[in-house]
Amino acid sequence: MSISKKGLLAGVATATIALVATFVAPAAYAGTSAAACANVGSGYAVQKGKTVEVFTSVVGDELTRYAKASADFTACTGIKINWNGSDQFEAQLPVRVAGGTAPDLALVPQPGLIAQMVATGQAVPAPSAVVNNINRYWSKSWRNLGSVGGRFYAAPNSANLKSLVWYSPKQFAKYGYTVPTTWADMFTQSDKMAAAGQTAWCGGIGSGGATGWPSTDWLEEVVVREAGATVYNNWIAHKKGAYFSDAPIIHAMNTVWGWMGNSKYVGKVSTIATTSFQDAVTGIPSGGCMQLQQASFIAASLPKGSVVSPTGDAWVYYLPGINPAVTTPVEGGGEFYLAFNSNKATVEVQTFLSTPQWAVSRIKAAGSNGGWLSANSGVPAATYSNPLDALSAKYLSDSHSTFVFDASDAMPAAIGNGAEWTGFTDWFANGTPVKTVAAKIDAAWPSASN
Amino acid sequence: MPSFWSENLPKLGQMFAAIAIFLTVLAVIFFIAGKANGKKQRPIAIVVFLGPALILLLFGLLGPAIRTLLLSFKGSASKHWVGFNNYQWLFTDPSMRIVLRNTVFWILLTPIVTTGLGLLLAILLDRMRRESVAKSLIFMPMAISFVGASIVWEFVYKFANPNQPQVGLMSSIAHHLGFEPPNWLLTQPLNTFLLMVVFVWSQTGFAMVILSAAIKNVPADIMEASSLDGATGWRLFRGITFPMVRSTFIVVLATMVVATLKLFDIVRASTGGNFGTSVLANEMYSETFIRYDAGRGAAMAIVLFLLVIPVLVYNIMNLRRERTIA
Amino acid sequence: MSLLTRNKAPKLAEPNAGRKLFGSRGATITVWIIAIFWTIPTLGLFTTSFRRKSDISATGWWNLFIHPHLTLGNYSAIFSSSTVSGIPNGIMPYVINSFVITIPAVIFPITLATMAAYCLAWVKFRGSDAVFYGIFALQIVPIQVALVPLLNLFTGGVHIGSVTLVPALHIAGKFLGIWVPHTMFALPLAIYLLHNFISSLPRDLMEAANVDGASHFMIFRRIVLPLSVPAIAAFTIFQFLWVWNDLLVALTFTGGTEGIDPLNNKLAGLAGTWGSHWELLTSSAFVTILVPLVVFFSLQRYFVRGLLAGSVK
Repeated sequence: MSISKKGLLAGVATATIALVATFVAPAAYAGTSAAACANVGSGYAVQKGKTVEVFTSVVGDELTRYAKASADFTACTGIKINWNGSDQFEAQLPVRVAGGTAPDLALVPQPGLIAQMVATGQAVPAPSAVVNNINRYWSKSWRNLGSVGGRFYAAPNSANLKSLVWYSPKQFAKYGYTVPTTWADMFTQSDKMAAAGQTAWCGGIGSGGATGWPSTDWLEEVVVREAGATVYNNWIAHKKGAYFSDAPIIHAMNTVWGWMGNSKYVGKVSTIATTSFQDAVTGIPSGGCMQLQQASFIAASLPKGSVVSPTGDAWVYYLPGINPAVTTPVEGGGEFYLAFNSNKATVEVQTFLSTPQWAVSRIKAAGSNGGWLSANSGVPAATYSNPLDALSAKYLSDSHSTFVFDASDAMPAAIGNGAEWTGFTDWFANGTPVKTVAAKIDAAWPSASN
Repeated sequence: MPSFWSENLPKLGQMFAAIAIFLTVLAVIFFIAGKANGKKQRPIAIVVFLGPALILLLFGLLGPAIRTLLLSFKGSASKHWVGFNNYQWLFTDPSMRIVLRNTVFWILLTPIVTTGLGLLLAILLDRMRRESVAKSLIFMPMAISFVGASIVWEFVYKFANPNQPQVGLMSSIAHHLGFEPPNWLLTQPLNTFLLMVVFVWSQTGFAMVILSAAIKNVPADIMEASSLDGATGWRLFRGITFPMVRSTFIVVLATMVVATLKLFDIVRASTGGNFGTSVLANEMYSETFIRYDAGRGAAMAIVLFLLVIPVLVYNIMNLRRERTIA
Repeated sequence: MSLLTRNKAPKLAEPNAGRKLFGSRGATITVWIIAIFWTIPTLGLFTTSFRRKSDISATGWWNLFIHPHLTLGNYSAIFSSSTVSGIPNGIMPYVINSFVITIPAVIFPITLATMAAYCLAWVKFRGSDAVFYGIFALQIVPIQVALVPLLNLFTGGVHIGSVTLVPALHIAGKFLGIWVPHTMFALPLAIYLLHNFISSLPRDLMEAANVDGASHFMIFRRIVLPLSVPAIAAFTIFQFLWVWNDLLVALTFTGGTEGIDPLNNKLAGLAGTWGSHWELLTSSAFVTILVPLVVFFSLQRYFVRGLLAGSVK
């Protein structure tokens, strides 16, 4: 830690002019590494000393893995990627874009926000190299999610599977329960649990300013299972016949109420409104509650030392379908890379992030922890070393499944981040009648242009 | 670790250079302006003393405030003029009524409780030997960031289903006293008052420190003289102490009103504004940054501004009265 | 000039003079009861920071005193350089950033506010009261509404039509770009509080100095500044706290530039993407409050009685 006197003097000397001079000292760059380039793929222009900022809502050790996964790209092209994560991403991105300090790339988790950023006129359409990758490696539904007004803007990053139910294999074995494969079986078994005095379903929708979001997933799962993808997508687009107050959605809400709003299964229903979504999963290993519908990421909130495996303390099963006409309904979420300039370095990074090479190195960076999967069809199934991810990837890449995207993320923010959250929270807290909840949300739907 | 210092020394250098430049420029201006005499002296002094602050306020707050006023008459994406639509929605929407009602509750209760408690503590501390430890403990909540404070209180108000362990302090106490705890944050209107407790907890330190400084400033000989005259207890407080710190009390009270109006993080972190606990500032944040409706958010900011006007008028009246006494 | 040179040592009051209200013992007991109540929640935070993650959600924090299972793991997770969470070089660079951001962001507004407060209190001019009330009213302007216009000012300047009022300042993403907004946002409250204090300085003192022919600049330096030390110390503490704990301003005005984020922004990320690491949140919350507490302790001694002793209002 010691420092030479000369160094100190030099430091002070530079410091005095620091206010006048700008401090952008490009890191000395040695040269491109052939080994690194082999992992990245060919065709990238070398842009020594350039830095590209990717602004994202990802923080913590998850963010470190992004940096790790892009190290080879930097070694090969000389372009440094500044992964800038903030838990205030959703609030900050519009501020920075309006304020003239837009990032080079933003990793946007909501298709609704993509459309809004495009509307500001600051976002730029994806370059042709990215479009080529999209056409080659992604299905049409993912392509549509990244498009606004028929133009393609944002390539997907990771995908996550929401249609999962967490349970404890150890607890199931102890009481002789089995993994249900139909909706009806699932409830027959839940009735058994209730009769045995157990809490069949865990639930928690508390999430600070975002309280309510987990319950929107419950409804989405039921809507696609009962009514199929067309009604689901009309629901997102707020088309007549698929308003919240219309028959299919009201029916689905009643189904949700018979499930997560049923005190026979969940205990005191209003407690769901004040329990944080992270706490909801903590009862699984001990059998405090038996099942929880939640995406795979919730594994991070399990008590330390819990073994996540088909025979361990916690594992998942696929939430079964309801209507046989809807084959393998799957609800997923994901994020998208949106660019705010077409600088050469930005384009190179954007292109790299749409390749299977990127997805593979990102999956490898996660190691056995897993937690990151891609719907990029160029990723070999064997890449996933984490069994949970392998299972999720199987459903996401299954060409026969009915894939829908998280509706609340695709609806306008006034609904998906507003009226639906508060309406559902009120629903669970006070048992407000379904029709009242639905009518309130419909009334809040914003008019077309403002 | 030479690289650590080569990266961080320039930053520290930048800081010292900035402070040095700032103070040097001020010193030079003071020196030159101080040479002026006669009629020019006053106007030059006014420009030098007040000018920098006014310029910064003009660009930093006044400009944005005017922009907000304009935005409040525009739609969610600020594209079209919508007249008073946003305001009409704000005053007629049923859920907004609850928000406005809560905001009024907050303004009526928390500033007076916080400031009163702060004054009581300031007086009592003045009468104590070795006041610093107790003072620091009461001050400590102010130093805890909002993330920390929300966790702290989660451990107090947390409620679990009866068959789960109660890890919340109040639930646990209720349980041991033998009655079933309510779901604290869900029970209206109790939950709003519980959130007010958090505010009072975190802000009393502010009121205490400012008022304590004011009490220490009451000249000792006045206190001595009046206590020799036999003034004690309540009479001493009413006759001497309070009048001497009265203006500070009002200043702290007004500051607390403003802080209450701007409050949103306590509500956001604990209930997210659900269960009938939302306040105007929280809704303003949600509309602007979560639901991306700039127009409604701006309208709420303007209503907050209007709500502070009575406090402003009271301050003006008070200052006028003090002048006539002096 | 004797008044200006302050050769008279300020007379400090006897520790117990005139303090008979409620009696000293009653005061002590009352204060301690309140202090204990005030500390219980904080104690919960403190003990939790030493508990294991599994214990936190299983039992209440007070169980630590019954079944002590202490761990320093949460703290080592914050300070360690390799394992944690987007902080490859440990937290020290961010501690330095925090100081570099906070110290000027305290000195600048307090200096300018003291000057403005003196002017509004003692160098009256037509409209000076209106200016003062205007500044008071600006307190209510939420910082959030100022973010976009300020960023625009920094990146594009101010224009009315084709006339450029202020050129682009290009300070977003630099330390100066964080100091300036903090200074702006602190001014209304600082001016308001300091005005209250400075306007209550004894009129005789000011008038005597005026008669002596002292300029406003001399009065400010020789009388106002020294006598305002308690108020300045008090506000320094609060401004330090607010800037140190600030998330929003730093987040907005660092503009994605690497290497200038303060500690608080980094620690906010520690909670993890899904916000489930309470054990890390509690320990980092304690790390961030240490520095402000030291500032509080060291400035507390300026709140002393008697700087004005001997002079009558």
